[in-house]
Amino acid sequence: MTGRQLITDAQNTWCPGCGNFSIQHTLKNVLSEMENEGKSLDDVVLVSGIGCHAKIADYLNINTFYSIHGRTIPVATGIKLGNPNLTVICCTGDGDSYAEGLDHLIFAAKRNIDITVIVHNNRVYGLTTGQYTPTSPLGFKGKSTPSGTAEYPVNPIELMLASGATYVARGYSKKMDLLKKLVMEGISHKGFSFIDVLQICATFFPAADYYNPRVYELSDHDRTNFESACSKAREWDYNSDARIALGTFFTRSLPTFDEKTGRHEERVTDKKQSLRDVFLQKT
Amino acid sequence: MQDVSVLIGGKAGDGINSAGALVAQLLNHIGYSVYMYFDYPSLIRGGHNFAIIRGSEQNIGTCWNTLDFVLALNNETLERHRDKCRPETAIIFNADMVKSAGQGSAGQGIPVNAILTGEHAPAIMGNSAIIGGFAKAAGIEWDVVVAVINAHIPKGVDLNLKVAKKAYDQLETVRPLSRVQNPPRPLLTGNEAIGLGMVKGGLDAYVSYPMTPSSSLLHFLAEHQEKFGITVVHPENEIAVILMALGFAYAGKRSAVGTSGGGFCLMTEGLSLAGMAELPLVLLVSQRTGPSTGLPTYTAQSDLQFIRYAGQGEYPRLVVAPGDAQESLYWSEIAMNMAWKFQIPAFILTDKTLSEGTYSSSPADIPELLREESPAWQGTAPYLRYADAPSGISLLAFPGMKDAVIKVNGYMHDEAGITTEDAALTIQMTNKRLRKWEGLAEEMGRYPGVNVSGNPDASTALLCWGSTKGVCNEIASRLGLKVIQPIVLLPFPAIQVKKAMGGVKRVIAIEENATGQLAILAAQHGIVVDDRILWYDGRPISPEDLLEKVQGVVV
Repeated sequence: MTGRQLITDAQNTWCPGCGNFSIQHTLKNVLSEMENEGKSLDDVVLVSGIGCHAKIADYLNINTFYSIHGRTIPVATGIKLGNPNLTVICCTGDGDSYAEGLDHLIFAAKRNIDITVIVHNNRVYGLTTGQYTPTSPLGFKGKSTPSGTAEYPVNPIELMLASGATYVARGYSKKMDLLKKLVMEGISHKGFSFIDVLQICATFFPAADYYNPRVYELSDHDRTNFESACSKAREWDYNSDARIALGTFFTRSLPTFDEKTGRHEERVTDKKQSLRDVFLQKT
Repeated sequence: MQDVSVLIGGKAGDGINSAGALVAQLLNHIGYSVYMYFDYPSLIRGGHNFAIIRGSEQNIGTCWNTLDFVLALNNETLERHRDKCRPETAIIFNADMVKSAGQGSAGQGIPVNAILTGEHAPAIMGNSAIIGGFAKAAGIEWDVVVAVINAHIPKGVDLNLKVAKKAYDQLETVRPLSRVQNPPRPLLTGNEAIGLGMVKGGLDAYVSYPMTPSSSLLHFLAEHQEKFGITVVHPENEIAVILMALGFAYAGKRSAVGTSGGGFCLMTEGLSLAGMAELPLVLLVSQRTGPSTGLPTYTAQSDLQFIRYAGQGEYPRLVVAPGDAQESLYWSEIAMNMAWKFQIPAFILTDKTLSEGTYSSSPADIPELLREESPAWQGTAPYLRYADAPSGISLLAFPGMKDAVIKVNGYMHDEAGITTEDAALTIQMTNKRLRKWEGLAEEMGRYPGVNVSGNPDASTALLCWGSTKGVCNEIASRLGLKVIQPIVLLPFPAIQVKKAMGGVKRVIAIEENATGQLAILAAQHGIVVDDRILWYDGRPISPEDLLEKVQGVVV
């Protein structure tokens, strides 16, 4: 389908000012550009989890798998292994991939499965009306932690570097040009691409005034150097007051899981003979 | 009638399972139908492992507690199984580990170490000496040993044969077995049969996290993945397992997962997603003794009620419980077809006894089945993934197809797959999904979903399911009773079971659980079970024990 209308008729229920609008708009632009470059959108699948971010599955008029909380990544992995010709994008939340499904995120990075994971990291549970997430700052006062959290946030950039991700980037929902560039790069990257997107939650964590003066774009940074990627990743720990780097921290080229995992179906011409061979072997 | 039982025992790490498999092949190659039960504790080295291999002229699926041969790799084997020996039981032992067969017992020792040293053979070949010794004691011709070792120990055939021959020449024939005029047949474990049935049903991908007693299916399919043209994945946990399998299904690939109760607990959210998203999926759940970790390497039939209701919400599912390897082959293929025809989860419910037991099979006797699937979308946009239909079955399309926008969704959704909270749509789509029960029940009526055997005129019937088929059949034939064994458990084949109950006045449920889970299911369909014989020590109920229990009820 060319020139398809990329937005469905589903009623949009994000709050005014929600950062998800920017991410959706970015994805829409990315999809248009892919189509202009000759890519068929029939070969694109978007997988979402559960949370405000996940409604993007209803809103974008492409193949989608609206999965369950925390489980975008295993679904996306199965789809990619099932049909490696597909471009598989995960839109997932910080609650999804840093809490409920953290194991899947780490393993996807470790495997280098060729999917692109975009984390809508608003650092708060929005849909369940305001509880802390794994990236909320220490002392965050949410509905489940009225006196403030007693735990430090995780640093997902550092975590992904440690887990073997081959493309690691951070975007910001108020820097759409950069975000588009990162998403395009992530999709083009052959291997596991991870993009943490600092996203404004207009209702429960409107952090624009915090982010705006602190964010800067990485330049003069060797994105193939793991040590300097780690050092840039540690500059801001999602808690302390520091400059917040945006852009690509690290990238490297490695064989992907979908390449290495046996795709034997094309090579077997006579399954019945194979079955007869095994029966004979067992006799 | 020819019938022989051989026990081989030693400590974990002695290769008891593979040595037992060779004994099974020797019996297979002299024409016997074979059943092998393997018993082992949950550890890697040490502990007592044993296998009982039984050969018979008729198809069997159970072992009596009376042994004709004991192959003892250590003293503990003799001590533990003394109660199963009679004076005429032939005892063959590793003379390096065992001093004598015991008082009043006829026994022959094999000097395993001396044979290995003489042949410059590694310790791993010690069991070939035991196999050679057994063959001689059982009067099995040397040619048969050569054929079996050639076929089943591909590495170091010549040296293994030399070792076996030394023992063969040293021992006396004490209990000669008569040849039966059958050609050798494939010996399959239940799990192997399930894997082969899945492959026959078009399996593209098997996803599993190791858990006894399902793991041997993962190993079997991983070993043969190239030959079968399938992808085998072992992910981080069972949650990932089922979600990956659903990803495969969305991409149009026939996938299956395998686990036991504890792993299946983790899969229930994914199962419910399969129910809501209407994604086809085949699940092997191989039961072991629970609750929780329970007895990891022992059997049970205590998860039927769990499987029946697992996952939040209401949605159709198929549950089949084959009773042996032959039925596993056949019904696993059917499960795969039905999952795809109705876009539902289809369970193959087994237990340790069946999954890890070895049976003679006859693949050629299984009817050829056609590949079945949901009707395909013909390309007329817009594609509606959940288009309503009288059957409840929507047309299927897969990503990559031109102009299809395929939206699957775990939320309540409309026909296009877009989330909805609309009351009327909620009812409509719920009914759409649940209507598939009717078509599924009708479809299953075309298959032999209830086995009826034994005395057709009996007024007493044993009602059983799964791996107790073998033991129930033997006891029923001895006592002149009928056996009713539903293989399809959901949708419950009430009409077929009631028909089988014709002339029956007394129904005795035989189950390896503590609450009578099939009896509960049957009762909900108006089938009255008069007595329950429940066995839950983790071991398969023996024919002796079942005989005593049934006689206690019937008399």
